[in-house]
Amino acid sequence: MDMALPVVNATAAVLARVSAAFNAPLARAVVFGVHIDGHLVVEGLLIAVIVFQLSRKSYKPPKKPLTEKEIDELCDEWEPEPLCPPIKEGARIDTPMLESAAGPHTIVDGKEVVNFASANYLGLIGNEKIIDSCIGSLEKYGVGSCGPRGFYGTIDVHLDCESKIAKFLGTPDSILYSYGISTIFSVIPAFCKKGDIIVADEGVHWAVQNGLHLSRSTVVYFKHNDMASLASTLEKLTRGNKRAEKIRRYIVVESIYQNSGQIAPLDEIVKLKEKYRFRVILEESHSFGVLGKSGRGLAEHYGVPIEKIDIITAGMGNALATDGGFCTGSVRVVDHQRLSSSGYVFSASLPPYLASAAVSAVNYLEENPSVLANLRSNIALLHKELSDTPGLEITSHVLSPIVFLKLKKSTGSPTTDLDLLETIADKVLKEDSVFIVTSKKSNLDRCKLPIGIRLFVSAGHTESDISRLSSSLKRVSASVLSDY
Amino acid sequence: MVRLPYVTALTTLFSYGLLFAFGQLRDFFRRILDARKPSNLKGYAPICLGLEDFYTRRLYLRIQDCFGRPITSAPDAWFDVVERYSNDCNKTLHRTTATTKCLNLGSYNYLGFAAADEYCTPRVIESLKKYSASTCSVRADGGNTKLHTELELLVATFVGKPAAILFGMGYVTNSAIIPALVGKGGLIISDSLNHNSIVNGARGSGATVRVFQHNNPAHLEEVLREQIAGGQPRTHRPWKKIIVIVEGIYSMEGELCKLPEVISVCKKYKAYTYLDEAHSIGAIGKTGRGVCELLGVDPADVDIMMGTFTKSFGSCGGYIAASNEIIHHLKLTCPAHIYATSMSPPAVQQVISAIKVILGEDGTNRGAKKLAQIRENSNFFRLELQKMGFEVLGDNDSPVMPIMLYNPAKIPAFSRECLRQNVAVVTVAFPATPLLLARARICISASHSREDLIKGLEVISKVGDLVGIKYFPVEQEKTTAVEKLKKIQ
Repeated sequence: MDMALPVVNATAAVLARVSAAFNAPLARAVVFGVHIDGHLVVEGLLIAVIVFQLSRKSYKPPKKPLTEKEIDELCDEWEPEPLCPPIKEGARIDTPMLESAAGPHTIVDGKEVVNFASANYLGLIGNEKIIDSCIGSLEKYGVGSCGPRGFYGTIDVHLDCESKIAKFLGTPDSILYSYGISTIFSVIPAFCKKGDIIVADEGVHWAVQNGLHLSRSTVVYFKHNDMASLASTLEKLTRGNKRAEKIRRYIVVESIYQNSGQIAPLDEIVKLKEKYRFRVILEESHSFGVLGKSGRGLAEHYGVPIEKIDIITAGMGNALATDGGFCTGSVRVVDHQRLSSSGYVFSASLPPYLASAAVSAVNYLEENPSVLANLRSNIALLHKELSDTPGLEITSHVLSPIVFLKLKKSTGSPTTDLDLLETIADKVLKEDSVFIVTSKKSNLDRCKLPIGIRLFVSAGHTESDISRLSSSLKRVSASVLSDY
Repeated sequence: MVRLPYVTALTTLFSYGLLFAFGQLRDFFRRILDARKPSNLKGYAPICLGLEDFYTRRLYLRIQDCFGRPITSAPDAWFDVVERYSNDCNKTLHRTTATTKCLNLGSYNYLGFAAADEYCTPRVIESLKKYSASTCSVRADGGNTKLHTELELLVATFVGKPAAILFGMGYVTNSAIIPALVGKGGLIISDSLNHNSIVNGARGSGATVRVFQHNNPAHLEEVLREQIAGGQPRTHRPWKKIIVIVEGIYSMEGELCKLPEVISVCKKYKAYTYLDEAHSIGAIGKTGRGVCELLGVDPADVDIMMGTFTKSFGSCGGYIAASNEIIHHLKLTCPAHIYATSMSPPAVQQVISAIKVILGEDGTNRGAKKLAQIRENSNFFRLELQKMGFEVLGDNDSPVMPIMLYNPAKIPAFSRECLRQNVAVVTVAFPATPLLLARARICISASHSREDLIKGLEVISKVGDLVGIKYFPVEQEKTTAVEKLKKIQ
């Protein structure tokens, strides 16, 4: 109590002095009619402090980049996966070795066999005229063309081949590629860019899928060979979409699907395409030289005028018994590819002897259209004979030269299915000397269609070849599939 | 590396600007004229919108006759170039039956196997009669012949790896292998000037792609450290694996890769290496085994070696050589092996015979002579060009030599003038090279004789004076070999 009073007195005195100082006029100055009092000084100081704080950068926790030592440690710790998985036991990589030309009869591992594994649809392997024209080419031009098409790799046989194919199909022009599968995966990115819409069948093969992936467009798949699904997809994409008029739209289909042997109904596709204003890219590798009255492909088979199909591509490694591919369409379509198709511009051109083989093959087809009748009767005979095979059923179209057999009852796992089919194929080869193959799939392939046995029928097969195959297949599948 | 002088850069930019302005003017008038014509597109979007094909229409088509020249003979040291004419300012070109015999400085014919060869051609014709032009089947099905197995073993021993696998086309080799080796979660670091097939393969694989400065191992190390420390984008998880892709000889620069440094960097950071020897296999190295032999690198240090048969072996196709496990894995998964027609048997036989000639197994020493010839030819030609004052890129021993042109007007001038004097050269511009760095690319072959090279040098020198591309001072004190030979004669 005694201490309190002097403290209170002292505090009061200090406060009085401070307030006096505040309220005392400072140097008796009058600025603009306002007395400069002490409190104005304090307020001025406060404003200065506020402005100073606002002008400083906001506080961020300091960024600490990794030091060299830390990066070294991370690099030492990091362990990469091995470049490839270890060798799996029992994985089959050895394929039968051919010792003669892959015609209807060939020699495999020293034995003569009937060959149903080569897509030699017109039987042109071993044809004398084609071999003579190749020999002439080899002696004149050598083997390779030693350059891309833009840099002295264009040889006159290439230009002749392009005009021959264009004339045969009835289109203005065509362009040659140097390899079968590179055709489609160069054509698609040349026309479809980011932001375009592509509607594709879900059963297309890997090369088409790769082309679709490289094009970076929006890809929508429809159910395999199902026109109702295609129509509804097209409707969904264009309904109410005003922008759809300005972006490029494509439908990508194959004429004969490699993965199932189905044939695309071109007349309905063309009707849908005209209704919704899409362009069609048709992959005709297995139907060029096979379908149609004179072998001109799917358009002739359905009676659709060839101008309605915007872009047709095909590999020549099947009916024409040579290698390489071509693409054909209007002049604008073909000219555009000469500069913007990467498989054409950045790659060496087709070896000239293969181009002259293609020219001879097309000549042969024009002169002998009866070979198509042989092929068709062989396919029909095979269908009839294999219709009652135990455990296997034919799922391909009756006109398709790829006869696709799949298991009637799948075991549930694709690996066991593949094992069964491979056992059948091996036994047929060993016991009855008939060479057949299963459809193989890479793990990069996203097609979900079932695997099976693929028989490639040729016009060069005789009736006895076909009956040998059917009796052997029936016997072996009866024994192998009897438990399933 | 190319150092672009300021004056040249300004004049080149000005030329391109002028061409661009004229192109836009023409487009403007074309739009006015076409507005009156009815459109034949009927509701379809046009194939190329707006400026997408401006370069093609307005710049490339004007000089279209310098590219895609057809020939009617084998692409040997001398060949026949078809004469073409145009009625509408180069928009369409028509063939004539007239041909001119020209010196070939443009084809990839490094060892001279392009034309019919006395050892190779009879064997090729024999194999054609035996196996026919194609097997019509994929390699995994019924396309495997005795020749293919033989060639795989031969290529593996030639290159120095345990096993090899063949493909029918070099471009497809790169595009289909890279996705089989690395997928999502992996990292691909590729040289900034890599070929289009590698870029396509990298894009198709789904892995992240990063680029390092051309031929700069120090920058590669920086990129590797940054990427390993940072991990995958956004999730920062560690990368599954890292592959570094380089080429042996870069076809537009003529430079060799700095392979020993790149290998040591990759080993330090545990990255895998992929070497693309499209242009270098068979053409460099004492016995033709490529850039590894030339630079003294052990083939076992490179994880995957890729090459093509188009350039030095005069055939077509590509190969991959690597360890047994990798080849086994590729045979099971690579789409080009499972879905693509196998290589044509006569082409396989051509490669087998060519390798046998190179190794001397045909009983003569033609192979060794060819290898020595191409090295001598390349070094002689490059030295003479440099003495004349041209700006030539590339390293010694490399048979590819680009001569810088820069200005877009000089491209057709050089090409047409050389053709008039019967020398066929290749000129390259955008988009294969950067916009300002157009060049003429010379490819030397072992079938060029000394007289051929001297004729080529004379013509190039004359045309170079006319066109004005001797950017460096001429060496006056030493007389060039051309003048020496003239004195002797």
